Amino acid sequence: MSGNLERIPAIAGFLRSLVLHAVLFVGGAVVLAPLVWMCLASMMPAGEASQLPPRWWPSHPTAEHYAVLFSSLHLGRNFFNSFFLAAAATALSLCCNSLAGYALAKLPFVGRDRVFTFLLALLVVPGQVGMLPLFLLLRSFGWIDTYWGVLVPSLASVFGIFLVQQYAQSIPDALLDAARVDGASELRVFWSVGLPLCRPILVTLGVFTFLGTWNDFLWPLIVLSDASKQTLPVALASLAAEHVQDTELMMASAVLTMVPAVALFLVAQRAYVAGILSGALKF
Amino acid sequence: MHRTRTIAAWIFLAPALTAITAFFVGPVLAALVLSFTDFDIYTIADSSNLRWLGLEQYRILLRDPLFWRALQNTLTFVVAGGSLTVVVALGAALAIWGAARKVQAFLRTVYFLPVVTTIVAAAVVWRAWYHPRVGLLNVALRWAGLPAIDWLGNPRWAMLAIIVFSVWKNFGFHMVIFLAALQSIPHQLYEAAAIDGASRWQQFRHVTLPMLRPALSFVVLITVIGSFQLFAEPYVMTQGGPANATLSLVLLMYRNGFQWWNVGYGAAVAWVLFALLVVVTLTLSRLRLRRR
Repeated sequence: MSGNLERIPAIAGFLRSLVLHAVLFVGGAVVLAPLVWMCLASMMPAGEASQLPPRWWPSHPTAEHYAVLFSSLHLGRNFFNSFFLAAAATALSLCCNSLAGYALAKLPFVGRDRVFTFLLALLVVPGQVGMLPLFLLLRSFGWIDTYWGVLVPSLASVFGIFLVQQYAQSIPDALLDAARVDGASELRVFWSVGLPLCRPILVTLGVFTFLGTWNDFLWPLIVLSDASKQTLPVALASLAAEHVQDTELMMASAVLTMVPAVALFLVAQRAYVAGILSGALKF
Repeated sequence: MHRTRTIAAWIFLAPALTAITAFFVGPVLAALVLSFTDFDIYTIADSSNLRWLGLEQYRILLRDPLFWRALQNTLTFVVAGGSLTVVVALGAALAIWGAARKVQAFLRTVYFLPVVTTIVAAAVVWRAWYHPRVGLLNVALRWAGLPAIDWLGNPRWAMLAIIVFSVWKNFGFHMVIFLAALQSIPHQLYEAAAIDGASRWQQFRHVTLPMLRPALSFVVLITVIGSFQLFAEPYVMTQGGPANATLSLVLLMYRNGFQWWNVGYGAAVAWVLFALLVVVTLTLSRLRLRRR
């Protein structure tokens, strides 16, 4: 009898855990539902996604909408634009930010604190504030509707500089000094000692920049009006405005836009989350 | 020795500082100057049409009912959407924290996926789900015996629809931060509390919550900053409608500046947004310091 009574807390704990896990998995299903439906609807024959009663599974799975995207809508070009711009932005931001972050962490100079405070203050300024004059500036350069115009704001970022700076601080000065004693120039020290040691944070910054550029919407929307130069999100937005009725076609282009981002995240999840946390924990 | 390092430092900093100054700081300051002028489509054609308005521009702004509408909508989104996002994120983090080790990473990934989904792609799906007749949400409502709602077509519901979408899209980001903070709480604190006879609620109230405070204030700050920049959701789902019910400050700036070429007016909207963010950031960090 007493043995049964002792079991009550254990049973209560088991039940509580059962309910918690049930809620968590149902919640997960709810969170994933729109993304799953997006994929399923993209394979439905035209009109089926707007049928009543609604259906989850395509009656006859088809790839016809994907074929339309690449043939008559030329979304392949937009896919290439997105990919090229994200890769270029990643390369450029890695160069600028790693140099600057390393200098702020490892090369003491008069005025370093002031540069640091200046950059810190910029974190409060929302990116949209300068967009109108930047547009006029790029227009005077003839950079509107060019890849350069899209890339310019992602050359360097305060967030990226801080990410590298915080990480580079953990590099022991002795390692750098050893290279200097061997007669290496500062650039050489950076390139062959500092940079390899910063690799993990560079991976993080790279994933952040790639995803950020891939998913970016407002700036590419402003700069790129020529349909053949637009990125996928911009092309998708104009498609969504013109083809309101073609739900299945829109879902196919949404899948095309989403899948590379999700795939990169799944592969590089650890580095990505590390980036979020290094921002949050240093605060 | 130190000279070479100083020179190297400035050379290393040069690309980043040049880019930031030329393409960010410069334009931000130029926007302030532009906001005092009537720079518009006629100025683009012929710069002699430019007139200095000074503060009159901001007076025009304050008299514009559309600006007040956009400000009100943005604040609604910041306060209601922001707090809902934080609450859902905290709830999800606490639940995952209590789950079995084996499933924690899996659940975290699942809940995080909307964050990395391209916002336009996700908005297109949600727009279909919000459809008044065939949208899945209304099918569910009718199935439950409730009247269907024209989510995106009714001014009373449109902002709520945008908020629900953005909570789904964003809570995973903050959840990850909460989860990391929860996992960094030392076990000994709970053991000590349990020895003192603290109930589960008391442990939550007196151990978990205080330990979460730094993460909480960070999350609140970035949620507020992010929410003030609301743009893509209404742009794709409602175009600011119906009856301007989802017109946000950034959307107002975009329309004036980039669609109607009222550049001066658009720049003024941008600077109002900036000023609001500065005030809110300073207030929040002052509150944070006082608690410490």
